[in-house]
Amino acid sequence: MIKIDAQNVDFYYGSFHALKNISMQIEANTSVAFIGPSGCGKSTFLRLFNRMNDLIPDTRLEGKIFIDGHNIYDKGVKVDTLRKDVGMVFQKPNPFPKTIFENVAYGLRVNGVKDKDYIEETVIKSLKQVVLWDEVKDKLKDSAFALSGGQQQRLCIARALAISPSILLMDEPTSALDPISTSKIEDLVHELKKDYTIVIVTHNMQQAARVSDKTGYFYLGELIEYGETRKIFTNPEKESTQNYITGRFG
Amino acid sequence: MRKFFEKLVEGGLLISGSVSSLTILLIVVFLFKEAGGLFNTPSTEEGYVLAVHNTNEVAKLSPEQLMDIFDGNITNWKEIGGNDVEILPFRLSDLTNYYSEEELGSEFQYVPQKISELIGKEPGIIAFFPEQYLLQEHFQGKVLPTQNITPSEFFGGTKWYPTATPAPIFGLIPLLLGTLLVSIGAIVLSLPFGLAVAIYMAEIANHRMRDFLKPIIELLAGIPSVVYGFFGLVVIVPLIQKTFDLPVGETAFAGSVVLAIMALPTIITVAEDAMRTTPRAMKEASLALGATQWQTIYKVIIPYSISGITSAVVLGIGRAIGETMAVLMVTGNAAVIPTSFFEPVRTIPATIAAELGEAPAGGAHYEALFLLGVVLFLITLLLSISVEYISSKRKI
Repeated sequence: MIKIDAQNVDFYYGSFHALKNISMQIEANTSVAFIGPSGCGKSTFLRLFNRMNDLIPDTRLEGKIFIDGHNIYDKGVKVDTLRKDVGMVFQKPNPFPKTIFENVAYGLRVNGVKDKDYIEETVIKSLKQVVLWDEVKDKLKDSAFALSGGQQQRLCIARALAISPSILLMDEPTSALDPISTSKIEDLVHELKKDYTIVIVTHNMQQAARVSDKTGYFYLGELIEYGETRKIFTNPEKESTQNYITGRFG
Repeated sequence: MRKFFEKLVEGGLLISGSVSSLTILLIVVFLFKEAGGLFNTPSTEEGYVLAVHNTNEVAKLSPEQLMDIFDGNITNWKEIGGNDVEILPFRLSDLTNYYSEEELGSEFQYVPQKISELIGKEPGIIAFFPEQYLLQEHFQGKVLPTQNITPSEFFGGTKWYPTATPAPIFGLIPLLLGTLLVSIGAIVLSLPFGLAVAIYMAEIANHRMRDFLKPIIELLAGIPSVVYGFFGLVVIVPLIQKTFDLPVGETAFAGSVVLAIMALPTIITVAEDAMRTTPRAMKEASLALGATQWQTIYKVIIPYSISGITSAVVLGIGRAIGETMAVLMVTGNAAVIPTSFFEPVRTIPATIAAELGEAPAGGAHYEALFLLGVVLFLITLLLSISVEYISSKRKI
């Protein structure tokens, strides 16, 4: 089943042509990694799926992006409803200046959930999902800033999961973390892709190879190659891809 | 050579740093030194004496009682703990009502004797006259001992009559209440408005609107306060008088309105800067969870920048409390305890500005004004300390 279907996407920051005619299909319950050198447009492309680029003034999109068969850039689409279905985890852990519990409950509260028992249940479930529960169960009332970076990032994932999205976008989720935290999050991605469609942007080639079913290689705003991760890393079709994954540039 | 130059610059910086902090310290020391003298100053005018009849049992009179006596509000000694005798207030200028000019002598050389004689004759008299006319020997009355102004008279006093004779009255309460009333009014008016503008500029306005508004608001901060006062006097005061159908428009409310306008730029710029420091990641996290822009503003941005917003509020209050000129021009300057917003009041800074020019240096009035300055200084110091405390408080 096709979950995300991008058709001939062009994107501009002012006059800068950031994405050039990109088409890509992402299947449900798989994980896809975007790789490529800095400034190649992979994060920009990722942020189109939950319309995060709407926040940046002077940008323009051409082409269509369908999620579950609906064009998310249609006029009638409510952005906050879309974002409920498409969760996002950012490069740096960005918990709110609230307690651990309130961080996870935030998404539910802004979406109008009032049922206390349901909120508590969901918070616990989400924290268990990201394997953080045992570490924080005694300090749910503490500030989220008291956690370590890796814990904060898992908290942010729990926060995104609490509103049960079907897609999870991860924008370099481990680039600010230590190796142990990184491997925990990678394990998590493996676990989560059973229930979610995961798109992950990464600079770490091994990470892409470890966590993704498919990989897209971006270069200068173009999607150079997209296919099975195993194939991309062992036998890429394009020379540019070969050069990048072997570390000759980037 | 370069090393020498660097040393020179370093020395220059050190000197300017220490000179400026020293200057500030000196000002504070000066303020306290001048103000502290008030409680070592006799409550009656220096060089004058108060005398009563020998049989009078009243030994002490407070400045307020003295004023009531000489104003005719207290007419019998029994009201203030004496015998049942009618009070006869006497000033030097009244002497000619009792004695002819011949009796006083061509050079007024008999004045001391006559005063003494008069006091001896009238059991209800209280006489206030220059010390030089006090008969040195065989004085037929009783000179009341001079007493110093007490802190409780100053800090608890409900009247401010700095030029009353024989004893001026320096009561802090009406001025303090006037200051607080005007300042609180100003904050109540400017806070919702200022925060609204700050939120608008930080989160909602687009670039062009912001670039247009920001300089205007900063310009507002640069207008001299006397211009605000003038504007208030010509526009706001008549408007208030007409709208609320008051006998006078110069009221605490007019002061609050003018101050509110003056405090706005401070509140707006500080609060806006605080809100803009909310990391973009924080905002994006909220929006990515399906929160609307408004939910993001009041659930993330305001809590995150609450310490900055509080600083904005306190700085606004600080400006309001210390402001002199504009308030002086529009509040009517009646030093009475205010009972409503629509009455003239007088603030501490306005009092200092208006009265310092006519207070003889070193006198009680002069020292009382300095003490007012100290009170003002302590209030603003308290405010700045609370800003420090709030901003340094760790956010949850």
